[in-house]
Amino acid sequence: MTIFRQETRPRRFLRNISRFDHWLSFSVAALLLFGTLLVWAATKNWFASQHLDPQYYVKRHVINILIGLALAYGTTLIDYRLLRAYTPIVWGLGVLGLLAVLTPGIGSTVNGAKAWIALPGGFDIQPAELAKISVILGISMLLAERRSLGADPSDKDVLKALSISAIPILLIMLQPDLGTTLIISAAIVIMIAVSGAPTRWVAALLLLAVLGGFAAVKSGVMSEYQIKRLQSFVDPNADPQQSGYQLRQARITIGSGGILGRGLFHGPQTNGRFVPEQQTDFIFTVAGEETGFIGSGLMLLLFGLFFWRAFLIAQRTSDLFGRLVCVGVIAWFAFQTFENIGMTMGLMPMTGVPLPFVSYGGSSMFATLIGFGLLQNVHLRSR
Amino acid sequence: MSQRSRLNMIVVQALVLSLMLAMLGRLFYLQVASGLKYQNDALSIQSRDIVTPAVRGAIVDDTGAPMAIDRPGMVITVDRSILGKMPDKGEAVLKRVAKLIGIKYGDLYIRTRLCGELPIAKRTGCWNGTLYQPVPVTKEATEAQALKILENSDIFPGIGAAPVPIRSYPALSGENAAHILGYVGSVTAEDLTNTTKQYYQNETVGKTGLEFQYDKYLQGIPGVKTVIVDRTENVTSTATQTNPIPGNNLVTNINAKLQAATEKALASTVLSARAQGNKADSGAAIVMDVHTGRVLAMASYPTYDPNMWQKGLTTAQAQALFSDADGVPALSRAIDGEYAPASTFKVLSVVAASHAGYNLNANYNCPYSVKFGNQIFHNDDSQSQGTMSLQTAIAVSCDTIWYQIGYDQWVKDGGLTPKKNPNDYFFKNAALFGIGQPTGIDLPSEASGRLPDRAWKLAYYKQNKNFYCNYTSRARPSDLTPFLIAVAKEDCTDGYIVRAGDAVNFAIGQGDALITPIQMTDIYAAIANGGTLYTPEVARAVVKPDGTTIENYKPQSRGKIPASASTLNFLHAALRSVTTSGTAASVFASYPVAVSGKTGTGQVQGRNANGTAKDPTSWFASYAPSNKPEYAVVMMVSQGGYGASTSAVGVKEIYDSIFGVVGNKVIPAKAIFPSGAPPTGIPTIDLQSATLKKANTVKKVNTAKTTKTVKKP
Repeated sequence: MTIFRQETRPRRFLRNISRFDHWLSFSVAALLLFGTLLVWAATKNWFASQHLDPQYYVKRHVINILIGLALAYGTTLIDYRLLRAYTPIVWGLGVLGLLAVLTPGIGSTVNGAKAWIALPGGFDIQPAELAKISVILGISMLLAERRSLGADPSDKDVLKALSISAIPILLIMLQPDLGTTLIISAAIVIMIAVSGAPTRWVAALLLLAVLGGFAAVKSGVMSEYQIKRLQSFVDPNADPQQSGYQLRQARITIGSGGILGRGLFHGPQTNGRFVPEQQTDFIFTVAGEETGFIGSGLMLLLFGLFFWRAFLIAQRTSDLFGRLVCVGVIAWFAFQTFENIGMTMGLMPMTGVPLPFVSYGGSSMFATLIGFGLLQNVHLRSR
Repeated sequence: MSQRSRLNMIVVQALVLSLMLAMLGRLFYLQVASGLKYQNDALSIQSRDIVTPAVRGAIVDDTGAPMAIDRPGMVITVDRSILGKMPDKGEAVLKRVAKLIGIKYGDLYIRTRLCGELPIAKRTGCWNGTLYQPVPVTKEATEAQALKILENSDIFPGIGAAPVPIRSYPALSGENAAHILGYVGSVTAEDLTNTTKQYYQNETVGKTGLEFQYDKYLQGIPGVKTVIVDRTENVTSTATQTNPIPGNNLVTNINAKLQAATEKALASTVLSARAQGNKADSGAAIVMDVHTGRVLAMASYPTYDPNMWQKGLTTAQAQALFSDADGVPALSRAIDGEYAPASTFKVLSVVAASHAGYNLNANYNCPYSVKFGNQIFHNDDSQSQGTMSLQTAIAVSCDTIWYQIGYDQWVKDGGLTPKKNPNDYFFKNAALFGIGQPTGIDLPSEASGRLPDRAWKLAYYKQNKNFYCNYTSRARPSDLTPFLIAVAKEDCTDGYIVRAGDAVNFAIGQGDALITPIQMTDIYAAIANGGTLYTPEVARAVVKPDGTTIENYKPQSRGKIPASASTLNFLHAALRSVTTSGTAASVFASYPVAVSGKTGTGQVQGRNANGTAKDPTSWFASYAPSNKPEYAVVMMVSQGGYGASTSAVGVKEIYDSIFGVVGNKVIPAKAIFPSGAPPTGIPTIDLQSATLKKANTVKKVNTAKTTKTVKKP
């Protein structure tokens, strides 16, 4: 019989932390630190020159990180298998948030997309970020249902999974937020593939993605600004003042960093604010210019370390639900990272997605740290 | 984990790995492989050159007195990029500016437009720079106007005011010299793409005349301060800085007083020709040092005020410069005008005849007219002069003698079926006098004149064959006379053949022969100096602001005229007799200085715009003093009537100034060159007195900054 010892709270906290995957924690901590410096570098000089508080953004960024870490820690406390029970609630909340954003008077429009809900005190939340988690949990739950019976997901399970994810995806497309739509869709396809569902589903979904993308451009479902962004990706001169300008500036800013970089806080492109959205979507340009190939390459390696450890967690767990959650989080982070960094380097078209763990922005920071918490949760329970 | 699931997991891992590698590879390409290129791109995004224009060098006359100089002025600029963002495209602001500086809104509007933005008919006065620089609309603003703009930037958004050097042509001796000096203007888009020299966008460059020809010396090097700016164009730091280096001064051979006197003589001659009933649409007068080819004065009529560019041209002024109704004042008749030389050409005919074996001391018959085939050629004065010496023939300007010689030589060369190697004494001699070739004067866009020899005939025929062969369908109805149709038919079949009429007309400088006044002056200077053709030179030296001479232009011979000593002696005597007993004798009667010269009255084909027949071109080409020549003086008045009654009078007026002739007496104190010859050294340049003199009329301004920011091209 086990004797329950009463532990003090700090001791339990430390014990929990000590059982985390340390390499995963290390990579996230390093990325958070890196990101904090970059957000500071992106805003300090400009704000100072405008006679504003130079630490305005970095202070808020640190607060966001602290809240996010608390959420991540909280996520690790409940056994993720119990989370399955709450999944419908999480999913419902995600859909509600997405509906709220589209409701006139609640959602606010930025850069042509209705993606934000403004809160008092200058904060705002982006329900699409949190909806990613609800979609990943929802699909994992449905696809893992039969595993207890020792069977791969059936066609019916896949259909169910697709239909429950279709609603949030449609709502995100209505904002419109092309980047998030693509990231969630990619995560869904990968989760279905890893779940052991029939291969025809994976093939069909990939085909659907290609056809759907083509039809969206042709039929005018995509808004004009999305098409402009895509055009300027293919031909940077198509819209030189807007998207093309931003992409060109971003590329020049990164390239001008060279091998060693201009030094943190010393990037002329960054300090001159030639790149828009430097502290959020284009944060990687700050890394590129000020820390050079050494620094930004290191950042990529940290992401690589993160994905390696996350994959290990996914493989070690014997539980399909846990593995699918891990794979979903990995796919989400990987595609979001690629979309964001790829955009700044001209590999991907311009969409407004933040860089996980690095970009300034509360909702994204909370969501990614919750994702990190989910990975650790699965890690903790797979021993 | 099922097999399929495991396999898919590996695929997903590979996919994520490849995404990471793609990013790393791209990062390597951008930062390591192309880092330098992007660093340059970044620099051009961040840096702005602030250009402080260098003081442009002065152009001074042979005494060191300035004819062109920079003086302080005030520029008003319009920044189109700011105005363009306004709902009314800045119309209200421009109207306010127009009212402030006292010009019409329409004129101001045109000054702020790129030439390409306007319909072709309305381009005069347009801005030929670029839209990325503030457009200067006037440089003659007052301090009060500038302050009003600087202190009320809320009602004058995008409007700037700053002190700038203005190119000024002070006319200290009353000279105009517009066609010699030229004018300056802003750099054009083409200049900015020039690969041989770096220009900056607010620089001033020479557009024509000496300002253009010697621009590289005059211009100096602007000071450039490169600053780093942010996205809102706020300056964050200074990268590099160089101070402006003033331009060098250009010393010319022009004597400002003589130039003024020459211009005055030309203008009064044109007016008196008009009073005599001639159209006298334009004219030119040149004074040259016969020993060096240096141009001492050169005038063209009509002219314009070279200062008006810097004041900001009005549309009317700009149009007038190139309008036919105003006589195209922009055109320099002295080097760009081409006219039939007429009887002044007989000096060349004398040389040709001497080579053809004619005895210059023999007597020749000068009938009223001569007939070759069915064509009759006659003298101007419609009477027979009888038999005379060739010298008298030059003095009284008998044409028929030359017709006969020209015709005889043409027949000897085979006539309509030319020999294989014709002697062509007339053509070949004319070529050696430089007819049909630019003299190489140091001014831009010199015309070459025309030598209508066999080669030219053939080239012309090839060019116009189609027209002649389809004459009845292509010519204007008014030109469809039976005679012209017959001529066209002849020209269609063998228009390349030099005909009797061509040879006969050429012998007296008519027909297709054309010459510029500067060529004429050079030829008469060569006759005066013993046979050397010099390249006419306006510039004498380039001198640094500290007085060091950089370039010292020596006289340059471009060959000898093909005249032997005895032929030259004959010409000297003949040309002298023109003013003693010949066509110009009445003009120079009891003149205290011995002048040698030749009148010319060139018949001109075609009609004026109002339908009247064109009046003849009046020439007088001369040199003096006859026994020891120093100066060659030529005047030409287009449609000016007779050479003697118009141009010879004008030339005499120029000699009056040179030698100080007052009422048939030489008063050395009144002479422009008291020593009797033009100075040869390099004068000391005195800009200070000129600047001080002008400074009284120009308010000094020292407000605001002296520079403006421009983007690097």
